[in-house]
Amino acid sequence: MNRYPLWKNILIGLVLFFGLIYTLPNFYGEVPAVQVSSGKATLKLDASLNGTIEQALKDAGIEHTGLFSDANSIRVRVASTDVQLRAKDAIEKRLNPDPRDPSYVVALNLLSASPNWLTSINALPMYLGLDLRGGVHFLLQVDMPGAITKRLDATAADLRTLMRDKNVRHAGITREGNNVLLRFRDAEQREAARKAISASTADLQLTDRDDASDDLKLVATLGQNAQKNIRDFAIKQNITTLHNRINELGVAEPVIQQQGLDRIVVQLPGVQDVAKAKDILGRTATLEVRLVDETPGALEGALAGSVPLGTELYNERGGSPILVRNQVVLTGDRLTDAQPGFDGQTNEPAVHLTLDAAGSRIFRDVTRENVGKRMAILLIEKGKGEVVTAPVIRTEIGGGRVQISGRMTTQEASDVALLLRAGSLAAPMEIIEERTVGPSLGAENIAKGFHSTLWGFVAIAIFMSVYYMLFGLVSVIALAANLLLLVALLSLLQATLTLPGIAAMALTLGMAIDANVLINERIREELRNGVSPQAAIHAGYERAFDTILDSNITTLIAGIALLVFGSGPVRGFAVVHCLGILTSMFSAILISRMLVNLLYGRRRKLESVSIGQIWKPGN
Amino acid sequence: MEFFRIKKDLPFMRHALTFNIISLITFVLAVFFLATRGLHLSVEFTGGTLVEVAYAEAPQLEPIRSALATSGYPDAQVQNFGSSRDVLIRLPNREDLDTTKVSERTMATLQAVGGAPELRRVEFVGPQVGKELASDGAMALLLVIFGIVVYLAMRFEWRFAVSAIIANLHDVVIILGFFAFFQWEFSLPVLAAVLAVLGYSVNESVVVFDRVRETFKKKRGLTTPEVLDHAITSTISRTVITHGSTQMMVLAMLLFGGETLHYFAMALTIGICFGIYSSVLVASPLVMWLGVSREQFIKPKKEKEEAVV
Repeated sequence: MNRYPLWKNILIGLVLFFGLIYTLPNFYGEVPAVQVSSGKATLKLDASLNGTIEQALKDAGIEHTGLFSDANSIRVRVASTDVQLRAKDAIEKRLNPDPRDPSYVVALNLLSASPNWLTSINALPMYLGLDLRGGVHFLLQVDMPGAITKRLDATAADLRTLMRDKNVRHAGITREGNNVLLRFRDAEQREAARKAISASTADLQLTDRDDASDDLKLVATLGQNAQKNIRDFAIKQNITTLHNRINELGVAEPVIQQQGLDRIVVQLPGVQDVAKAKDILGRTATLEVRLVDETPGALEGALAGSVPLGTELYNERGGSPILVRNQVVLTGDRLTDAQPGFDGQTNEPAVHLTLDAAGSRIFRDVTRENVGKRMAILLIEKGKGEVVTAPVIRTEIGGGRVQISGRMTTQEASDVALLLRAGSLAAPMEIIEERTVGPSLGAENIAKGFHSTLWGFVAIAIFMSVYYMLFGLVSVIALAANLLLLVALLSLLQATLTLPGIAAMALTLGMAIDANVLINERIREELRNGVSPQAAIHAGYERAFDTILDSNITTLIAGIALLVFGSGPVRGFAVVHCLGILTSMFSAILISRMLVNLLYGRRRKLESVSIGQIWKPGN
Repeated sequence: MEFFRIKKDLPFMRHALTFNIISLITFVLAVFFLATRGLHLSVEFTGGTLVEVAYAEAPQLEPIRSALATSGYPDAQVQNFGSSRDVLIRLPNREDLDTTKVSERTMATLQAVGGAPELRRVEFVGPQVGKELASDGAMALLLVIFGIVVYLAMRFEWRFAVSAIIANLHDVVIILGFFAFFQWEFSLPVLAAVLAVLGYSVNESVVVFDRVRETFKKKRGLTTPEVLDHAITSTISRTVITHGSTQMMVLAMLLFGGETLHYFAMALTIGICFGIYSSVLVASPLVMWLGVSREQFIKPKKEKEEAVV
């Protein structure tokens, strides 16, 4: 009656085995590494860079212990901090031949020291929260009303252009709160306007408002969908921009994520210089449209050293030099959106730009006057510009929708679109929460959390083994398995471990022993009532199960509520708490049962079990 | 080893009234202190700036206070934190000052005072965030209460659900009462601990209730108080041992966890003590007074209606 079928034993064994493997990376600690990331928004990291870095290290006679690359960075693991510095110098020299204009950010970093085979099966150590490793944390609030107002202002200007194009006479267009108000003198013109607007955009909802017989109004409001799109776009764009800016800090593993509808969390582990971090978060890159100087011989002259007056020499993306006029036709402020797509006629990859009304007018005039010439789109970062693309103007472009195409792959098109959007923030942001944790405090927090868990565990282990003898030992092993599984699960989910998380781990362990105590007490009770040992073990586990289930589910309800409504440290606590309840049920019920089965299950005639003293009233 | 050698069921229910009066007094006191003194809310809830700095040698607090006052913070709180070398500074939010620059200015002021402070931690929380945290906390509390009541009502009976939640809210209020009385800092981790205690304490009541249900089903001829006495007596050993183990863990946190975990562990300690007390001596009598009886657990056999010809 106390035997598990073989498959069940094997299954539990497998779970424990995987638990062990995924827990392992946490014990290896960290070794020095060098991180390479792109220093310019226009520069992407690709596979060829791996080879370049490897060659640079080889030439300098430096051995590395692993090279890892992901979308945003390439990291090289080295043996010691001395080697780390030499490796950084070697890579820096190779990748940034011109130290005044670095293309790549080469930074010192730490990487997990776990062997490559573990990393390759995705067994990674837990991510440590800022309170455990030190760094800065910002919570930024995106000014959504600001984004909407900005869009409404643009809409008012767009409508003015539209009315002029369609020859509709109006008596003024103004923005009033969250509406755009169009005034008309007669109903006929209003009808014409309504038709024109409906035909051009689906974003606006139109309603009539008559204040007087000669003061007819059309109220245009942004529809729910349009508003939602504006918000989504604003937050996405701001996150993209923040990514580009933070890249420059050379931070190892920055966290930039949306929180709630209109907030962005930025965490920069290891950064201590708050002022610099804030400075970089607030920095803007700008986009400029200028005309290319195509005077014959001018480019050759410029390359030889004499740049003609009123022009500047830039490098086009891909390498070839290009001479651009100083006069700025348009800036990124006029750009409302940039999306990758395809050319309607040739079907080749293209980037679609949307300009605001003023931008459209300027663009139409400039393109009309310069058909057949080239136009350069520049991205200015840190006071240095780069020509993203310089297409030939084929026809006059009106209506504010501009298409850039030619010599582009789909990937390049989406990169250019990203770049054009990346320059500026869609809506202003404000820091509403800021935390800085010193690195020594972080290390102290880890030690404290670790010690409290360890000593608590030791105390429980001693007590259980003394009080319940062999069964107590089984409970302790189950508890250890619980800790193992919990850490494995957290590592597997790549959850962020924080100090409250460690506290939750300790508390969960303290509470997890409850299930084992319930079982052991039940077995003792059955024995006290004179039941045979085998039957007592069976009944103990069976009867305790209901109670364990009920009590754990109520605890889980509390945990889930914390998870749903908590933020920051509360959530860190809740994640570990909830997972811990699940693993503790598994280990208390299945693992301890398996051990007991293996110990006692095979014996036909079991005289007694080692569960401590059974006191019977009457003795 | 066997700690509990109980021959007969202990007569808990006989003293139910006395214990409940004690309970009520504690509860009223807790509410009184909450109302008069209020909670000492951390910067996370109130908004403001908190700066923790460490000095190589214990600094004089008075010069720091006056320096902060002259730099525009007459209402700054400066106090030692953990040891005499660690200083904690709290600055309330001010409308007229650019909040994002506060931490830099504070550090500059401290450096001007001298003693080479080392920055350990800065927390700046906008007023809006604080309000949201408080309302989220309240929502979490409500959700926990609702979830537990529904689950218990489904698994047991509404009487058990009501008594469990009353008993355990009483624990929560008493913890809060302690924090109000001693003016301990009520931070987000403490809130997490309080909510965890709610779950934990219900867990406790559930174990007793489980036994009550089982006893009702198995043993005939016992009065309701006798059933409750039996259920509590037969689980008392487990109750004490479990709480003892959890308390050992929490004690380790209290001793080794440092300042950050101190109040978290404190809230749990109080919660565990009152958790035992309330599940045994508050929840059970409440169930009794709400009129629990054997019939509620024994499903009456449906008599087959015979077809009338």
